[in-house]
Amino acid sequence: MNQFTYPEKNEMERFIAARYRKAWAWELAFLSSLLIAIISLSALFLNVVDGAFGYVAFEYKKDPATLSAKPLAELNQEELLAILQANLSKGAYKKLDDKKPMTSRSADDLRNLAVERILQVKTRETYPLFRSLFQRAAIEAEVAQKFPNAKLEFRSWLTPAFISTPQSSKAEFAGARTAILGSLWIVGIAVLLALPIGVGAAVYLQEYSNKKSILNRIIQTNINNLAGVPSIVYGMLGLAIFVRAWEPFTSGAMFGVTDTNGRTLLAAGLTMGILVLPLMIINAQEAIKAVPDSIRQAAFGVGSTRWQMVWHHVLPAALPGILTGSILAMSRAIGETAPLIIVGASTFVTLDPSSPFTKFTALPIQIYQWTSRAQGEFHAIAAAGILVLSGLLLLLNATAITLRNRYQRRW
Amino acid sequence: MQLESPQYNAIETRDLSIFYGEFEAVKNVNLKIEKGKITAIIGPSGCGKSTLLRAFNRMNDFVPSCHVQGEILLHGVNLYSKDIDPVEVRRKIGMVFQRPNPFPKSIYENIAWGARINGYKGNLDELVEQSLRGAALWDEVKDKLKQSAYALSGGQQQRLCIARAIAVQPEIILMDEPASALDPIATLRIEELMQELKKNYTILIVTHNMQQAARVSDYTAMMMLYPETRSGTVIEFNDTKKIFTRPSDKRTEDYVTGRFG
Repeated sequence: MNQFTYPEKNEMERFIAARYRKAWAWELAFLSSLLIAIISLSALFLNVVDGAFGYVAFEYKKDPATLSAKPLAELNQEELLAILQANLSKGAYKKLDDKKPMTSRSADDLRNLAVERILQVKTRETYPLFRSLFQRAAIEAEVAQKFPNAKLEFRSWLTPAFISTPQSSKAEFAGARTAILGSLWIVGIAVLLALPIGVGAAVYLQEYSNKKSILNRIIQTNINNLAGVPSIVYGMLGLAIFVRAWEPFTSGAMFGVTDTNGRTLLAAGLTMGILVLPLMIINAQEAIKAVPDSIRQAAFGVGSTRWQMVWHHVLPAALPGILTGSILAMSRAIGETAPLIIVGASTFVTLDPSSPFTKFTALPIQIYQWTSRAQGEFHAIAAAGILVLSGLLLLLNATAITLRNRYQRRW
Repeated sequence: MQLESPQYNAIETRDLSIFYGEFEAVKNVNLKIEKGKITAIIGPSGCGKSTLLRAFNRMNDFVPSCHVQGEILLHGVNLYSKDIDPVEVRRKIGMVFQRPNPFPKSIYENIAWGARINGYKGNLDELVEQSLRGAALWDEVKDKLKQSAYALSGGQQQRLCIARAIAVQPEIILMDEPASALDPIATLRIEELMQELKKNYTILIVTHNMQQAARVSDYTAMMMLYPETRSGTVIEFNDTKKIFTRPSDKRTEDYVTGRFG
């Protein structure tokens, strides 16, 4: 009898059927994992969208019909100016005029002023998108009963104006511009710091150092670990060093700026730069590693120095990978919140940042602040802010993917 | 340093041993390579042929554990003495690798780069043309010098690498199995080119292909492992004709007649 036997025919069929059942069970398990992931992401997205659009019940302190026969939206600049002059107190008008001459303001700007200062719109209740869509009658009944004077209007909180107007204490007029600019400043400073240092460190580690030495391995392990350190720890570091120890520098006192402390855009940007530095180094190392050794040998073979080889061949070939990595690091930085809270982001900033030495806010901070307010309309603009932030992230990641697909070289 | 005044011997090794850490990969090699000739290094896999070849232009410097004992003399100057700059050695002794490895740049840049970094002062266009002619590639690429070198076929890429090597005007060209990645026709063109090149350059070639060694080379060095130590050494060095017809060493005879290896 042969000792290497396979099952007999009948037994084999049962055995194969059992194998298929097992395979099918595993396939189902993998599919359900995927479904769970997709459902959670959709739920997240729908929840945000749900908050960012929907019916709003609001009241005017003053009826718009008393101001002008025509709807406010159709009035031109002079008519709006006349209305403002007639309805605002002299002192209030002069104050506004001092800020920015009224005659130089745009019609839209004046219209907003009229709504904000004269009509004094007051949001009574906001309704989420899905209720607005499917339970309109119930909402109307509720509004008629609770707020008899209120008007009901469908409103998208995410508008072009939301992106382009600065922060305001009234949710109806608040925009994300200050926060978006703050975020861009922070990410810009972070990249300026982390990109050159990160690429430099990666070049040294990959091209110059002896990869087998113990010291090198310790450094490498530490860089990998640093990439996983909780971001709040970087916040503590930023607070201790950039905000406190380097205050003369980060507050701009060294450069003659007087009205700030160390809690500035510069301190936040530097903190963010340190936070993304390990990522930058690792990304750049990967990009440099992907350049084949044959290119290095070819360069050495014609009598090149190491630096000429790196500068003329390795870096150009690794550049697309380095850029892709930097953009991904930027998208990490733009979403980080904890370190900014520690470093001392201001939650209410209405002036656009004009230099690295201004106090700052950033998109995630702004969203956090809006969500923590009691009024429903702030929750709605928080949702709109989340959409803006997600859009920004999507844009960055799409750029990274496009860059990679277009310029990545296969050796 | 001065690497001038040609002598009869282009390059010479004296008691050359090459180590990877403690391991002696190549032991006691004494070769006198004649100027303007093609010398082939043959032998079974793993006997240190490439290691020996790479010692000539100090490419082994990039292997951290590698070190060399003995001397390699170019015009009587030891290439491994302390005051010799390996960058200068590599310009004087060019190299063509096993797989074509053009730079990911234009054909023109591939040739011009080596000249530029070595401080070439003449007319670059002329140098590029002359180098491409020297590598028998000019007629095929003269209309597409700005195109990427990667658009060329494997054989053309390898000739481009030869053109790149001769553009920095070396005295010696090392070839590490230059045709092993090529088809027979491209291989033939490289072999024909080598016959042209030896008018101006001394060529050292490592090859696995014994027919190729027999066809192209003037001299052949046969390498073999010491079975006890696994170190490679040259067991016979002679006219190619003699090596292939009347080898004096039994092991060479076995190898070139295909009885092993």
